[in-house]
Amino acid sequence: MSYRRDDAGAPPALFPDYGSTRTRAPMHAPLRVPQTRTETTGPTGWERLMGPALADLTTQHVGAPQGQRIIVAGRVLDEDGRAVPNTVMEIWQANAAGRYIHAKDQWDAPHDPNFTGAGRVVTDAEGRYRFVSVRPGAYPWGNHRNAWRPAHIHLSLLGPAFATRLVTQLYFPDDPLIEIDPIANAVPMPYRQRLVARFDMDVTEPNRALGYRFDVVLKGREQTPFEEDDHDH
Amino acid sequence: MTIDVADRRPEPRADNQDPDLFGQTPSQTVGPFFHYGLPWKGGADLVGQSDMGARPELFPEAHYVLNLSTPTGTPAGEVIELTGRVFDGNGVPVPDAMLEIWQADADGRYFGEPGSDPHFVGFGRAATDEDGRYRFRTILPGAIQPGHAPHIAVSVFGRGLIKRLATRVYFDGRTADDAILSLVPEERRSTLIATAAGAGVWSFDVVLQGDRETVFFDL
Ligand SMILES: [Fe+3]
Repeated sequence: MSYRRDDAGAPPALFPDYGSTRTRAPMHAPLRVPQTRTETTGPTGWERLMGPALADLTTQHVGAPQGQRIIVAGRVLDEDGRAVPNTVMEIWQANAAGRYIHAKDQWDAPHDPNFTGAGRVVTDAEGRYRFVSVRPGAYPWGNHRNAWRPAHIHLSLLGPAFATRLVTQLYFPDDPLIEIDPIANAVPMPYRQRLVARFDMDVTEPNRALGYRFDVVLKGREQTPFEEDDHDH
Repeated sequence: MTIDVADRRPEPRADNQDPDLFGQTPSQTVGPFFHYGLPWKGGADLVGQSDMGARPELFPEAHYVLNLSTPTGTPAGEVIELTGRVFDGNGVPVPDAMLEIWQADADGRYFGEPGSDPHFVGFGRAATDEDGRYRFRTILPGAIQPGHAPHIAVSVFGRGLIKRLATRVYFDGRTADDAILSLVPEERRSTLIATAAGAGVWSFDVVLQGDRETVFFDL
């Protein structure tokens, strides 16, 4: 058993518009070797490792955070549409003003004492997840003159195996910054749209929060046994 | 004749909920600000007795939502420290990288496999410090099967890394007859081999780019 490799939507390692890839992206193409149990197994037991779930980022402090309350819900699936149950999704984001609590974030937008912006959820038997937060603000970054990151939520997933590890970013629909952002643009169109959540009235709750649906799709299992000359680059 | 406004829905747009576009969610960088969200207290200590792994100096204590791991007991095997530095293409240490490791127990079994050590999950996470140094406390893994030398799988994340980089750590003097290592061009093999650096300490640097670039695997 092995997992499939990157599909056509995978970004390159080197994307010069995103300046820090220039000195950090490897120059050699990654080496393709057969997968072993090292790649097809993965950790479980999240509570023991990381502690209990933190699915509501708006109730971690004494008061409510500033900003638009949102619910993000969806499923974690493999590329064959099969649910990925009992896998951890870790979440981190800026506050409504676009500021991270991180000491190295020196933008002068205000901190929110009632918002940390970190959480984690574990998918249920059908691969479903759901968390509550506030809509993060856009923020400037030093990549180029007048550079602004689109509003985004960082998501980290382990999936069933070392081979399925994924860290990604969720963007919001109709954000004009997405199409000029070098990090989002490293993903070619139309696959960049896979990073954009859908506003969803069925996730939206009356008098409570706007809802966004975002399905995360991890690598699926190989349909045929691995063969060295069976692939194209 | 009126429609019920409460049932109005915006037009669907092309996204990953659209069958025509459905497929692998593309990778994006962890960026520079993952320290309060991903590494957890004790995340780099797979033996389970310290709080190493996180960088709590980078955010206020009031925001510490990442809990200490709760070990169930002491795993079997030889405790080792795996440490090294991460360098960019200019040879400059990378102070905002994150490494994850995934490995078998002392008998070569992965967590959850029949007979695996119940006290050893084999998964850890560490942020590099200002000098680009990471540190894990773990167990020397056993060989997973004949023809495979003991090794630890490593993922490298960071600002400027749009996708995680996957590599392997082998141990100097224990690399004979490994099915994967033998597929690596001979002149680059040494980039995958940790060297002994004192009693129970193994040194393994990661070079992201350049002449001594670490071998990364296509996963
Ligand atoms: Fe960010």
